[in-house]
Amino acid sequence: MTQQFYVSPEQLMKDRADFARKGIARGRSVIVVSCEDGIALVAENPSPSLHKIGEIYDKIAFAAVGKYNEFESLRQAGVRYADVRGYSYDRDDVTARGLASVYAQSLGAVFTAEQKPFEVELAVAEVGASQDLDHLYRLTFDGSIADEHNFIVMGGQADKVSGAIEGGWQRDLSFAAAIRLAVRGLVTDNEAPDLPAKALEVAVLDRGSESNRGTRRAFRRLSDQDVVELLAEES
Amino acid sequence: MQETTANKVAAHATSSFTEHLQRDRPELLPQYTPFTAGTSAGQPLAVPHATTIVAMTYAGGIVMAGDRRATMGNIIASRHIEKVFPADQYSVLGIAGTAGIAIDLTRLFQVELEHYEKIEGTLLSLDGKANRLGAMIRGNLPMALQGLAVVPLFAGFDTAAGVGRLFSYDVTGGRYEEQEHHAVGSGSMFARGALKKLWRPNLPEDEAISVAVESLYDAADDDSATGGPDPVRQLWPVVYAVNRAGARRVSERELAAMAGNIIESRAAARREA
Repeated sequence: MTQQFYVSPEQLMKDRADFARKGIARGRSVIVVSCEDGIALVAENPSPSLHKIGEIYDKIAFAAVGKYNEFESLRQAGVRYADVRGYSYDRDDVTARGLASVYAQSLGAVFTAEQKPFEVELAVAEVGASQDLDHLYRLTFDGSIADEHNFIVMGGQADKVSGAIEGGWQRDLSFAAAIRLAVRGLVTDNEAPDLPAKALEVAVLDRGSESNRGTRRAFRRLSDQDVVELLAEES
Repeated sequence: MQETTANKVAAHATSSFTEHLQRDRPELLPQYTPFTAGTSAGQPLAVPHATTIVAMTYAGGIVMAGDRRATMGNIIASRHIEKVFPADQYSVLGIAGTAGIAIDLTRLFQVELEHYEKIEGTLLSLDGKANRLGAMIRGNLPMALQGLAVVPLFAGFDTAAGVGRLFSYDVTGGRYEEQEHHAVGSGSMFARGALKKLWRPNLPEDEAISVAVESLYDAADDDSATGGPDPVRQLWPVVYAVNRAGARRVSERELAAMAGNIIESRAAARREA
């Protein structure tokens, strides 16, 4: 007869957390930067179709690191949550805070109840009318939620990249400057000195989408061509 | 057969917002239970009705315009109602018929298209959008039989083919592609008559907008349920132009100038029609 070994709850949680952390650190970093023009989201991602960054709602974007199938199912659940909420109340009633708390609860439930925790880390960003009204939330595999300021770095060697971004971040960065800063940050975690535009996934939440582009949907994905031009602007 | 996890996941994967609501939140879908026998059938409910919509192709895209009147029997229910809506970046939707149901349907259709785009990361094809709308109209058939019909006109720019296309519908959800131009609603007969005389192939955009406004003027002239341009309240039709660059709402200023020209030229002609 097989005997169930006793494992203390502390040990069990620690093992699960270590397992998730290892999975997340294996990938490349994703950076979310709040700047004057809005919020820039930059990821190192060689695939042009399997995205790490996505649109959730008018002013809300999503970025993730870790296992694709896991964060993709969370992204789709987020889109459904936001669309149902906006449809049943009003488009203005969909907020990043509400979405982040739903994500926190689902990640927390998976961490404690399922066979294995999700090996993902998420960022939920909401662009506001002014920079002080921007919201950046970081969600980790165990359902912890953190309200971050100015920028978020997730995945890969996040500490190292974070240091580089911290040094260069300023309040009045334009999109071009913020994206260049993020790319410089990504390179510190890399042996190669440079990242081609093809290996980058870049999107922005445009603060002035109504006046600049005539749409309330602030999310815009930048093409390789746009990224090449932005990186070449370097002074 | 044993229900495997993979089966369950696949069965649950949908890019359709309506399907998601049907499964998880059916109470949010617009539902109108048909009246039971006993209530006075034949006597239509007194609810606002939206009236005339016109659409046409022009060089590079399509134009759709709708007047601003809603009627309730012989009463003008609204002078400000808007009946032409952007469905997404490359398509627009105009509605005639029972205003309340039509507005609900439009809202659901807009979310449906945006939801698909966000989940799949790509836009639906124009035919896909047109079919989806047909299915939604079919869903309203029981109400249409009670006199609460919704008849939309759908138009958009087909990015794959590089042309503007028009679609009309009947109450059973039948979808018909229209050539050149089309109109729906109570004043559509008169608007179509005007369009037949005013429309030419490859009109430039500004002339197409002017033709749309003029055909609504003619519809308003003969149909009491269609509102003409109203210089007193500064009310002009709602007009959208869709081309390769996307959908654009024509500004009030442009419309005021065009409507002004039409009224002036008709006044100058000093003729009965």
